[in-house]
Amino acid sequence: MPINNYIVLSSLLFVIGLVGVLVKRNALVVFMSIELMLNSVNLLFAAFSVYHNNASGQIMVIFIMVVAAAEVAAGLAILVLTYRTNHSIDINLLNTLKH
Amino acid sequence: MVALIPVLPLLSFLIIGLNYKRINKNLTSWLACGTVFLSFVLSFMAFMQVKSSGVNIEIQLFEWIATQKFSVGFSFLIDPLSALMLLIVTGVSFLIHVYSIGYMSHDEGFNRFFSYMNLFVFSMLILVLGSNYLMMFIGWEGVGLCSYLLIGFWFKNTDYNNAAKKAFIMNRIGDLGFLLGMFLIYVTFGSLDFKTVFSLAASYPVGSTVLVSATLLLFIGAIGKSAQIPLFTWLPDAMAGPTPVSALIHAATMVTAGVYMIARSQAIYVLAPFTMNVIAIVGIVTALVAATIAIYQNDIKKVLAYSTVSQLGYMFVGLGVGAFTGAMFHLTTHAFFKALLFLAAGSVIHALGGEQDIRKMGGLRKYLPITFMVFLIATIAISGIPPFSGFFSKDEILVHAFAQNKLIWALGFFTSLLTAFYMFRLLFLTFNRTFRGTSEQQHHLHESPKVMTIPLIILAILSLIGGIIGIPEIMGGHHALQQFLNPVFNSTGETLELSHSTEWILIASTVAGAFIMIIFAWVRFYKKNIIPAPDTTPRSAIVQLFIKKWYVDEIYNVLITKPIYWLSGFFHKVLDVKIIDGMVNGFGNLAVWTGGKVRYMQTGNIGFYLSAMVLAVVAILMFMMI
Repeated sequence: MPINNYIVLSSLLFVIGLVGVLVKRNALVVFMSIELMLNSVNLLFAAFSVYHNNASGQIMVIFIMVVAAAEVAAGLAILVLTYRTNHSIDINLLNTLKH
Repeated sequence: MVALIPVLPLLSFLIIGLNYKRINKNLTSWLACGTVFLSFVLSFMAFMQVKSSGVNIEIQLFEWIATQKFSVGFSFLIDPLSALMLLIVTGVSFLIHVYSIGYMSHDEGFNRFFSYMNLFVFSMLILVLGSNYLMMFIGWEGVGLCSYLLIGFWFKNTDYNNAAKKAFIMNRIGDLGFLLGMFLIYVTFGSLDFKTVFSLAASYPVGSTVLVSATLLLFIGAIGKSAQIPLFTWLPDAMAGPTPVSALIHAATMVTAGVYMIARSQAIYVLAPFTMNVIAIVGIVTALVAATIAIYQNDIKKVLAYSTVSQLGYMFVGLGVGAFTGAMFHLTTHAFFKALLFLAAGSVIHALGGEQDIRKMGGLRKYLPITFMVFLIATIAISGIPPFSGFFSKDEILVHAFAQNKLIWALGFFTSLLTAFYMFRLLFLTFNRTFRGTSEQQHHLHESPKVMTIPLIILAILSLIGGIIGIPEIMGGHHALQQFLNPVFNSTGETLELSHSTEWILIASTVAGAFIMIIFAWVRFYKKNIIPAPDTTPRSAIVQLFIKKWYVDEIYNVLITKPIYWLSGFFHKVLDVKIIDGMVNGFGNLAVWTGGKVRYMQTGNIGFYLSAMVLAVVAILMFMMI
């Protein structure tokens, strides 16, 4: 398969994730969109790794997965707390620092 | 030995000054008076040595400033002139120190007072002994400092502090003249040493610009220190200090420093006739103006202060007409009788518990017999009645003035009439008729203790007989003072070209005039018992002019003080508040303002942040690709 297909696919996934982050107000969906963006990047790393016959791209993928897992753990914890105080996970409610 | 003369008072100053909280009054008195007395004894020995051998004593303690082009030694010179001054300074200082033990006995600042007094004596001796202008300048500044400290001695009173500041600032103006004159002398002659300067100056033509400028600048210094017009207003205000200070610093010694300085620089002054004329004119105008003010003063010390200014004016007239011996003679006798007048006034003030207004005195003759007697002697002496000391010295100046310029003599004659009048006015109002103070004061009236009256009596004797050192030739004397000072003033040849009959007429007219004025004062203030009106009484314009001291203070206020205040206010309001503060506050305000504007971007809306972030990343990427 030519490399171009991978690039197009991962770009599509990235843009979908990006739009999701921008338009969605549900924090959980925003999280999922972020994961989508990260994984689109992972896909591209893996594709280029094979294309260049170089393993460091795949190592990068592992790194990103680790970071993403940690981030999700922290993020979900925050979400739980937010829900407990606000009874909602609408991100537009998280503007109390402004006042 | 000679070096000990100034060092002894310095030592005493250090001991008292450094231990003023530990040392007791008794020890202070002994130390302060003892060291000054020892200085007096040493001065007397030096005086006798100079007198008998006719050789000047010159010693150099150490090389002070030594560079290739400029060298100044820390050196002393005792010639007849400084020997005479030494005797006056140490002798009068000693008597006033003794008097002060009694006068200041109840003052909590007793030790402080004596340490300042000793520092003053030290500075004055440096001034007198210095063998170059720089040494003289050190003493000059030192006495100025002590004058400031002692005028403001009772520093809890704001008026006294202001008087001290006024004296100091006015002296600074004069000192600037002295300093510039010194620079000019150094630039011209390459030295500040008296001997070198005078011998080099002799080769300059009479009236050369550089000598005239140098002498005029030095004279400005003398104007400040000796309270001549236009810088005389500090001296009457200086009466804020304790009375012994007025007697020592502001009558007998410090204020005569200007006269001494000019007499010392006589060799260059005779080469500058223009300056001599200026000195004579300033002197006579000061003498007259101060005398007119003194007539209407009602504060016992203020009368004496203006009288001092007036008598200093006389001395400058003497210098200006070339009668250097006469000026020094008047300086000597004036030191005796004016110190005596001040001390006697102090005795009166002491007895009255601080009252200085002569309208509230009167009749003190009964209560203070010794003070009355010595005051009477000093008053006769200053009025110029023979054979008291003031007669001879004042007469010598007037006779020389007559030979030089009739107008100056006429004004001087008129001034001497005023002197006799205001001094006897003071005497009658203070001591005769009935007491006008409160009955409580009357109850407490007492003659001063012996420690105060004995110095008074000694000074009275000196005022009485002080004239014998300068009996003029027409009276069969040989003028011992002139002979003694001749080595210093030799080049002038102060011989008079007046016939003996003219001289007799001059003397007779001055004495007769003085007697008439005394009788006038007696009729007015004794027989008719006129008491000066309260300050608020309306007066005619000319009298008001005299009472208001010729409005000199007011003129200074308008011309100098007000503009300076205005300028300071202007700088404060415009430069300080608007520009400097404005700049500093401006930066602060700028930060606050920017913050206020930028905070609108912090909406708290996460969607907005994210969009902004994405757009920014897109923009950066686009920018990098282009």
